[in-house]
Amino acid sequence: MMNRRSVLKAVFTGGVVAGMGVLMPRIAMAAWSKAAFGAESQEIAMGALYEVNPKASADVTLKAPDIAENGAVVPISVKSSLPGVTSIALFVANNPQPLASQFTIPEGTLANVSCRIRMGKTSDVTAVVTTASGSFSASKEVKVTIGGCGG
Amino acid sequence: MAKGILRAKAKAKGGNTVVKIMAKHAMETGNRKDKSGEKIPAKYIQTLSVVHNGKMVMESNMGPATSKNPYMAFTFVGGAKGDELQMTWTENTGSTATETAKIK
Repeated sequence: MMNRRSVLKAVFTGGVVAGMGVLMPRIAMAAWSKAAFGAESQEIAMGALYEVNPKASADVTLKAPDIAENGAVVPISVKSSLPGVTSIALFVANNPQPLASQFTIPEGTLANVSCRIRMGKTSDVTAVVTTASGSFSASKEVKVTIGGCGG
Repeated sequence: MAKGILRAKAKAKGGNTVVKIMAKHAMETGNRKDKSGEKIPAKYIQTLSVVHNGKMVMESNMGPATSKNPYMAFTFVGGAKGDELQMTWTENTGSTATETAKIK
Protein backbone atom coordinates (compact mmCIF):
# COMPACT_ATOMS: atom_id res chain seq x y z
CA MET A 1 0.00 0.00 0.00
CA MET A 2 2.84 2.32 0.83
CA ASN A 3 4.10 1.97 -2.69
CA ARG A 4 0.78 2.88 -4.24
CA ARG A 5 0.44 5.87 -1.95
CA SER A 6 3.83 7.28 -2.83
CA VAL A 7 3.14 6.82 -6.52
CA LEU A 8 -0.13 8.71 -6.21
CA LYS A 9 1.59 11.43 -4.25
CA ALA A 10 4.31 11.76 -6.85
CA VAL A 11 1.74 12.00 -9.61
CA PHE A 12 -0.15 14.67 -7.72
CA THR A 13 2.82 16.89 -6.84
CA GLY A 14 4.19 16.42 -10.34
CA GLY A 15 0.90 17.67 -11.70
CA VAL A 16 0.98 20.73 -9.49
CA VAL A 17 4.55 21.62 -10.43
CA ALA A 18 3.85 21.17 -14.12
CA GLY A 19 0.74 23.32 -13.76
CA MET A 20 2.78 26.10 -12.18
CA GLY A 21 5.13 26.24 -15.14
CA VAL A 22 2.53 26.57 -17.84
CA LEU A 23 -0.28 29.04 -18.24
CA MET A 24 -3.07 26.78 -17.13
CA PRO A 25 -3.14 24.38 -14.22
CA ARG A 26 -3.13 20.67 -14.78
CA ILE A 27 -5.58 19.92 -11.99
CA ALA A 28 -9.00 19.47 -13.47
CA MET A 29 -11.83 21.00 -11.51
CA ALA A 30 -15.22 19.39 -11.75
CA ALA A 31 -17.23 22.31 -13.04
CA TRP A 32 -14.34 24.38 -14.24
CA SER A 33 -13.78 23.71 -17.92
CA LYS A 34 -10.12 23.85 -18.77
CA ALA A 35 -10.89 23.60 -22.47
CA ALA A 36 -13.05 26.72 -22.26
CA PHE A 37 -10.96 28.82 -19.91
CA GLY A 38 -7.66 27.83 -21.47
CA ALA A 39 -8.81 28.43 -25.04
CA GLU A 40 -6.88 31.12 -26.82
CA SER A 41 -9.61 32.24 -29.18
CA GLN A 42 -13.19 33.16 -28.57
CA GLU A 43 -14.48 30.61 -31.09
CA ILE A 44 -12.71 27.74 -29.36
CA ALA A 45 -13.83 28.89 -25.93
CA MET A 46 -17.41 29.22 -27.12
CA GLY A 47 -17.22 25.89 -28.87
CA ALA A 48 -16.17 24.26 -25.62
CA LEU A 49 -19.18 25.67 -23.81
CA TYR A 50 -21.94 25.74 -26.41
CA GLU A 51 -23.07 23.37 -29.10
CA VAL A 52 -24.32 26.13 -31.35
CA ASN A 53 -22.86 29.60 -31.61
CA PRO A 54 -24.96 32.05 -29.59
CA LYS A 55 -27.39 34.33 -31.44
CA ALA A 56 -27.37 38.06 -30.81
CA SER A 57 -30.45 39.07 -28.87
CA ALA A 58 -31.94 42.32 -27.66
CA ASP A 59 -33.11 40.57 -24.51
CA VAL A 60 -29.58 40.41 -23.22
CA THR A 61 -28.33 43.65 -21.71
CA LEU A 62 -24.62 44.12 -21.31
CA LYS A 63 -23.54 47.09 -19.30
CA ALA A 64 -19.90 48.04 -19.72
CA PRO A 65 -17.99 51.31 -19.89
CA ASP A 66 -17.26 52.82 -23.34
CA ILE A 67 -13.74 53.58 -22.28
CA ALA A 68 -12.00 51.71 -19.51
CA GLU A 69 -9.16 53.82 -18.22
CA ASN A 70 -7.68 50.90 -16.43
CA GLY A 71 -7.94 47.54 -18.13
CA ALA A 72 -7.10 45.73 -14.91
CA VAL A 73 -10.53 46.44 -13.48
CA VAL A 74 -13.46 46.76 -15.86
CA PRO A 75 -16.89 46.66 -14.26
CA ILE A 76 -19.40 44.66 -16.26
CA SER A 77 -22.99 43.81 -15.57
CA VAL A 78 -25.24 41.47 -17.49
CA LYS A 79 -28.99 41.34 -17.33
CA SER A 80 -31.51 39.35 -19.26
CA SER A 81 -35.26 39.33 -19.51
CA LEU A 82 -35.29 35.84 -21.05
CA PRO A 83 -37.02 33.14 -19.01
CA GLY A 84 -35.17 30.19 -17.56
CA VAL A 85 -31.62 31.47 -17.70
CA THR A 86 -29.19 28.80 -16.54
CA SER A 87 -25.84 30.36 -17.23
CA ILE A 88 -24.14 33.65 -18.05
CA ALA A 89 -20.66 33.82 -19.52
CA LEU A 90 -18.39 36.73 -20.38
CA PHE A 91 -15.88 36.74 -23.22
CA VAL A 92 -13.23 39.30 -24.07
CA ALA A 93 -12.24 38.65 -27.68
CA ASN A 94 -8.73 40.10 -27.57
CA ASN A 95 -7.60 38.67 -24.24
CA PRO A 96 -4.97 35.92 -24.17
CA GLN A 97 -7.70 33.67 -22.76
CA PRO A 98 -11.03 35.14 -23.89
CA LEU A 99 -13.33 33.47 -21.38
CA ALA A 100 -13.33 35.72 -18.31
CA SER A 101 -16.09 34.41 -16.09
CA GLN A 102 -18.99 32.05 -16.22
CA PHE A 103 -21.87 32.09 -13.77
CA THR A 104 -24.23 29.22 -13.19
CA ILE A 105 -27.67 30.54 -12.38
CA PRO A 106 -29.82 28.08 -10.46
CA GLU A 107 -33.58 28.48 -10.36
CA GLY A 108 -34.54 31.28 -8.01
CA THR A 109 -31.55 33.42 -8.82
CA LEU A 110 -32.19 36.41 -11.07
CA ALA A 111 -30.42 36.72 -14.40
CA ASN A 112 -28.62 39.81 -13.28
CA VAL A 113 -24.98 39.64 -12.31
CA SER A 114 -22.21 42.15 -11.98
CA CYS A 115 -18.52 41.48 -11.84
CA ARG A 116 -15.18 42.94 -12.70
CA ILE A 117 -12.91 41.64 -15.40
CA ARG A 118 -9.46 42.24 -16.83
CA MET A 119 -8.85 43.44 -20.36
CA GLY A 120 -5.50 43.39 -22.10
CA LYS A 121 -6.47 45.86 -24.78
CA THR A 122 -9.42 47.38 -26.61
CA SER A 123 -11.79 44.58 -27.44
CA ASP A 124 -15.34 43.46 -27.92
CA VAL A 125 -16.88 42.13 -24.74
CA THR A 126 -19.55 39.50 -25.31
CA ALA A 127 -22.03 38.28 -22.77
CA VAL A 128 -23.68 34.96 -23.50
CA VAL A 129 -26.86 33.94 -21.75
CA THR A 130 -27.92 30.31 -21.90
CA THR A 131 -31.55 29.30 -21.58
CA ALA A 132 -33.44 26.11 -22.28
CA SER A 133 -34.16 27.38 -25.80
CA GLY A 134 -30.58 28.20 -26.75
CA SER A 135 -27.82 30.69 -26.20
CA PHE A 136 -28.12 34.41 -26.77
CA SER A 137 -25.50 37.08 -26.73
CA ALA A 138 -24.87 40.80 -26.59
CA SER A 139 -21.59 42.53 -27.44
CA LYS A 140 -20.06 45.86 -26.81
CA GLU A 141 -16.70 47.35 -27.66
CA VAL A 142 -14.77 48.62 -24.68
CA LYS A 143 -11.78 50.86 -25.32
CA VAL A 144 -8.89 50.29 -22.99
CA THR A 145 -6.23 52.90 -22.44
CA ILE A 146 -4.00 50.93 -20.06
CA GLY A 147 -3.96 47.16 -20.40
CA GLY A 148 -4.42 44.90 -17.45
CA CYS A 149 -3.09 41.54 -18.51
CA GLY A 150 0.59 42.32 -17.99
CA GLY A 151 3.30 41.39 -20.44
CA MET B 1 -3.20 29.14 2.98
CA ALA B 2 -5.12 32.34 2.83
CA LYS B 3 -8.11 32.52 5.09
CA GLY B 4 -10.93 34.97 5.35
CA ILE B 5 -10.42 36.59 1.97
CA LEU B 6 -14.09 37.13 1.22
CA ARG B 7 -16.05 40.17 2.15
CA ALA B 8 -19.74 39.75 1.62
CA LYS B 9 -22.75 41.94 2.05
CA ALA B 10 -26.14 40.36 1.77
CA LYS B 11 -29.32 42.30 2.20
CA ALA B 12 -32.87 40.98 2.23
CA LYS B 13 -35.22 43.34 0.47
CA GLY B 14 -38.75 42.79 -0.75
CA GLY B 15 -38.50 39.00 -0.77
CA ASN B 16 -35.19 39.01 -2.61
CA THR B 17 -31.69 38.96 -1.31
CA VAL B 18 -28.99 41.06 -2.91
CA VAL B 19 -25.55 39.57 -2.42
CA LYS B 20 -22.31 41.40 -3.07
CA ILE B 21 -19.07 39.57 -2.63
CA MET B 22 -15.55 40.81 -2.94
CA ALA B 23 -12.60 38.52 -2.59
CA LYS B 24 -9.22 39.86 -1.66
CA HIS B 25 -7.02 38.07 -4.11
CA ALA B 26 -4.27 39.04 -6.54
CA MET B 27 -5.66 36.76 -9.32
CA GLU B 28 -2.23 36.21 -10.83
CA THR B 29 -2.74 35.38 -14.51
CA GLY B 30 0.47 33.55 -15.25
CA ASN B 31 1.16 36.02 -18.08
CA ARG B 32 2.96 38.57 -15.96
CA LYS B 33 6.74 38.57 -15.67
CA ASP B 34 8.80 39.59 -12.69
CA LYS B 35 11.90 41.82 -12.85
CA SER B 36 14.19 39.02 -13.94
CA GLY B 37 11.86 38.13 -16.81
CA GLU B 38 10.56 34.94 -15.26
CA LYS B 39 6.86 34.33 -15.52
CA ILE B 40 4.97 34.66 -12.28
CA PRO B 41 3.01 31.43 -11.82
CA ALA B 42 -0.74 31.67 -12.18
CA LYS B 43 -2.67 31.79 -8.96
CA TYR B 44 -6.30 32.71 -9.12
CA ILE B 45 -9.69 31.73 -7.80
CA GLN B 46 -11.38 29.28 -10.12
CA THR B 47 -14.71 28.70 -8.51
CA LEU B 48 -16.82 30.50 -5.99
CA SER B 49 -20.12 29.03 -4.93
CA VAL B 50 -22.75 30.44 -2.63
CA VAL B 51 -25.15 28.20 -0.74
CA HIS B 52 -28.23 29.38 1.12
CA ASN B 53 -30.15 26.90 3.31
CA GLY B 54 -28.51 23.99 1.56
CA LYS B 55 -29.47 25.29 -1.89
CA MET B 56 -26.92 26.55 -4.37
CA VAL B 57 -27.84 30.11 -5.31
CA MET B 58 -24.81 30.99 -7.40
CA GLU B 59 -21.83 29.22 -8.79
CA SER B 60 -19.23 31.19 -10.59
CA ASN B 61 -16.29 29.90 -12.57
CA MET B 62 -13.55 32.40 -13.11
CA GLY B 63 -10.63 32.49 -15.46
CA PRO B 64 -7.43 34.52 -15.22
CA ALA B 65 -9.21 37.37 -17.01
CA THR B 66 -11.23 38.12 -13.91
CA SER B 67 -9.87 41.24 -12.24
CA LYS B 68 -7.74 41.45 -9.14
CA ASN B 69 -9.91 41.43 -6.01
CA PRO B 70 -12.81 39.91 -7.94
CA TYR B 71 -16.21 41.30 -7.19
CA MET B 72 -19.59 39.93 -8.03
CA ALA B 73 -23.13 40.90 -7.29
CA PHE B 74 -26.32 38.96 -7.84
CA THR B 75 -29.85 38.65 -6.52
CA PHE B 76 -31.76 35.56 -5.53
CA VAL B 77 -35.38 35.06 -4.57
CA GLY B 78 -35.96 34.32 -0.90
CA GLY B 79 -33.63 34.63 2.02
CA ALA B 80 -34.44 36.30 5.31
CA LYS B 81 -32.61 38.46 7.76
CA GLY B 82 -30.28 36.39 9.89
CA ASP B 83 -29.95 33.53 7.39
CA GLU B 84 -26.49 32.29 6.74
CA LEU B 85 -24.74 32.09 3.38
CA GLN B 86 -21.94 29.63 2.85
CA MET B 87 -19.37 30.71 0.34
CA THR B 88 -16.77 28.27 -0.90
CA TRP B 89 -13.88 29.25 -3.10
CA THR B 90 -11.27 27.11 -4.80
CA GLU B 91 -7.99 28.30 -6.19
CA ASN B 92 -6.21 26.84 -9.20
CA THR B 93 -3.51 25.67 -6.81
CA GLY B 94 -6.08 23.51 -5.05
CA SER B 95 -6.48 25.67 -1.95
CA THR B 96 -10.03 25.95 -0.83
CA ALA B 97 -12.01 27.42 2.04
CA THR B 98 -15.57 28.03 3.10
CA GLU B 99 -16.61 31.28 4.67
CA THR B 100 -19.96 32.39 5.95
CA ALA B 101 -21.91 35.63 5.98
CA LYS B 102 -25.23 36.60 7.52
CA ILE B 103 -28.03 38.22 5.57
CA LYS B 104 -28.84 41.63 6.95
